[in-house]
Amino acid sequence: MKSPVTRKLLPGWTLVAITIAIAAVALTALAVLGSRALPERTGPPVEELTVERTALSPSTIELTLRNTGPDAVQVAQIFVNDVYVGFTGATEPLGRLATETVRLDYPWQEGHPLLISILTSTGAVIEHDIPAAVATPVADRDLLALMVLLGTYVGVIPVALGMVFLPVLRRAGRSLVRILLALTVGLLAFLAVDAAVEGLDLAAQTGGAFGGPILVFLGAALAFLALTAVDRFLQKRSGETADGQRLALMIAIGIGLHNLGEGLAIGSAYAVGELALGAALVVGFALHNTTEGLAVVTPLTRQKPSLGRLAGLGLLAGAPAILGAAVGATVSNAAVASLLFGVGVGAILQVIIQITPALRDQAGKLLSLPVLGGLSAGVVIMYATGLLVAV
Amino acid sequence: MPGASRRGFLLGGAGVALGAIPAAVPNADPTPPAHTGHGTGHGTTPGTGHSHGGGINGPTFRGGTVDHVANGFNPTQLLRDFDYGKVSKLPGGRTLREWEIYATDREIEVAPGLKFEAWTFNNRIPGPTLRCRAGDRLRVRFVNASAHPHTMHFHGIHPAEMDGTPGIGRGVIEPGGDFVYEFDAVPFGLHLYHCHVGPLAEHIARGMYGTFIIDPPEDRPPADEMVMVMHGFNTNFDGQGNQLYAVNGIPFHYMNEAIKVKRGQLVRIYLVNVLEYDPINSFHLHGNFFDYYPTGTRLEPTEYTDTVVQAQGQRGICELRFPYLGKYMFHAHKSEFAELGWMGFFEVTE
Repeated sequence: MKSPVTRKLLPGWTLVAITIAIAAVALTALAVLGSRALPERTGPPVEELTVERTALSPSTIELTLRNTGPDAVQVAQIFVNDVYVGFTGATEPLGRLATETVRLDYPWQEGHPLLISILTSTGAVIEHDIPAAVATPVADRDLLALMVLLGTYVGVIPVALGMVFLPVLRRAGRSLVRILLALTVGLLAFLAVDAAVEGLDLAAQTGGAFGGPILVFLGAALAFLALTAVDRFLQKRSGETADGQRLALMIAIGIGLHNLGEGLAIGSAYAVGELALGAALVVGFALHNTTEGLAVVTPLTRQKPSLGRLAGLGLLAGAPAILGAAVGATVSNAAVASLLFGVGVGAILQVIIQITPALRDQAGKLLSLPVLGGLSAGVVIMYATGLLVAV
Repeated sequence: MPGASRRGFLLGGAGVALGAIPAAVPNADPTPPAHTGHGTGHGTTPGTGHSHGGGINGPTFRGGTVDHVANGFNPTQLLRDFDYGKVSKLPGGRTLREWEIYATDREIEVAPGLKFEAWTFNNRIPGPTLRCRAGDRLRVRFVNASAHPHTMHFHGIHPAEMDGTPGIGRGVIEPGGDFVYEFDAVPFGLHLYHCHVGPLAEHIARGMYGTFIIDPPEDRPPADEMVMVMHGFNTNFDGQGNQLYAVNGIPFHYMNEAIKVKRGQLVRIYLVNVLEYDPINSFHLHGNFFDYYPTGTRLEPTEYTDTVVQAQGQRGICELRFPYLGKYMFHAHKSEFAELGWMGFFEVTE
């Protein structure tokens, strides 16, 4: 046979290189010749712009535009609430996915809606709605301090509060722990669905340039795979299969990634003036997120973790809210946010899979009646505390 | 279920003051946007049009003016451009006036950087101002060089077959076709013409209109005469309204090039409204009043005012003198139209 000879004559990498070269030539030929064989598009140019970021300062509106359509877009004129305005930026056509910032000269009023109409060179009108004009916070030390405070209130403190229940959980019997773990799965499932819905909501605002809803699934899949890899690594190191410490760590990571997305939403809501700061926010999140702390410590009822380790777990689960808030209030855009919400979803799903084996009873049955009760209770608690904070 | 989502909570939550947070809130007491000193530097900002501004100083285009040469017309010239036609005498001594008008499809830069696929009479918006005297015989040869069917429909008194209405007489003039509209100039006054092919709103909105003046048998008093056709551009052709408003073709044009008039001289404005999609238009003059002659069919004014309202197709003559020097704004007293392009300046000099 010839193949051993070929293999000898051509080392593996040469074969790979030749294959790639042939593919490249074929693609180039296709691009050059194939495109000529096709007729021109019959319709007019498809002009799309998405406003990725709005920054308002006195008498100035700054918009970061991205061309999310297939064709180049030239901004010709802009009017705000039916007034043509002077502006700078976007003097050249924007190619696909190109981004540009325009600065509009308009004496906007605090709290009032703004409708910004961008006229392209073809006369197409692309509208951007600002429901209520609010001065965009300047990214300075004060803002950062505020976001740290907010992240601590909505992430770190509630999680820590939930973890305080550990001694109580210790006194529980095996079957009660199973129910509590089922409750945790219920809580997490609720969070996953909630984050998926929020992520998809945000993705709808991105104009689809980076895949729209696909971003949520992409984030979820990557996070799921990455956390599974982390879990395999930890498993190898500890040598055990169902170690409570490891499970707690995985849950903390999953919840942490979820809280990153939550923080992001809070930060960006603050930046556009939609976040009602106050006791309702803090108390609401305390009630809602305390359950997350509970979830972290439930696998530890048969362990004796050090205080430092507990603090570490708490920070892992809660502190990402701080980072999220800071990013959300300053640089976030909807595409990044929806990707991060997806990451939260994937992380939680992975954690659910981690916990599931621990739900089996002595007979090896997974969905026993007490576990079903725990699952339902978890979902209902999240739903109910969600309602509570919405008031 | 908004209640179940934390986002819902974030957006709708009631604010109970929380000690630590408000102190750290940047802009907790937002300063209202500055209303003073705003104009600083705007006159020199590249990309802002006329000297008055932007922001609190009023609306503006980015990039100054359009390319009048490429467009083939300049509103400053259209203003005082009266086309009396080719004049000859008919047997019996009557005056015959003949015009040749072309319908064309043309791309016009209606705002800096913004091209509008216009349908025009003689490559301009508005079309030529046809002017004659009461009793003249008029012959308008219409050549349709556009890719679309058109007509010329004149306001005035004439036989049905000369009305330029689809299905009546020659009816629609197909692309490449031509037709001579022939009728007597009656009644004297300020009229208009436009295409009447369906969909009518689109044919008008695309730019197919012009002014048609029939002078009375005895001349009106000598004056600095000008035509102002009020109209708009629905740039995305959605038929829902206009993105741009103008007089004589280019929005904000007379902000950049003020209309020069002499102090004390009689100024006569032939004001026509053909604005499509919006129910009414108006004209308001700063720092002055004018005599108003609706449709110009009587020689006595009906009103002494500084603001008139016209529905589509309404028109009237405004007569005034500027007693003082300086710049005087004129605009639609529908502020929305004004700030979307329908405003300009008179500049009164010695």
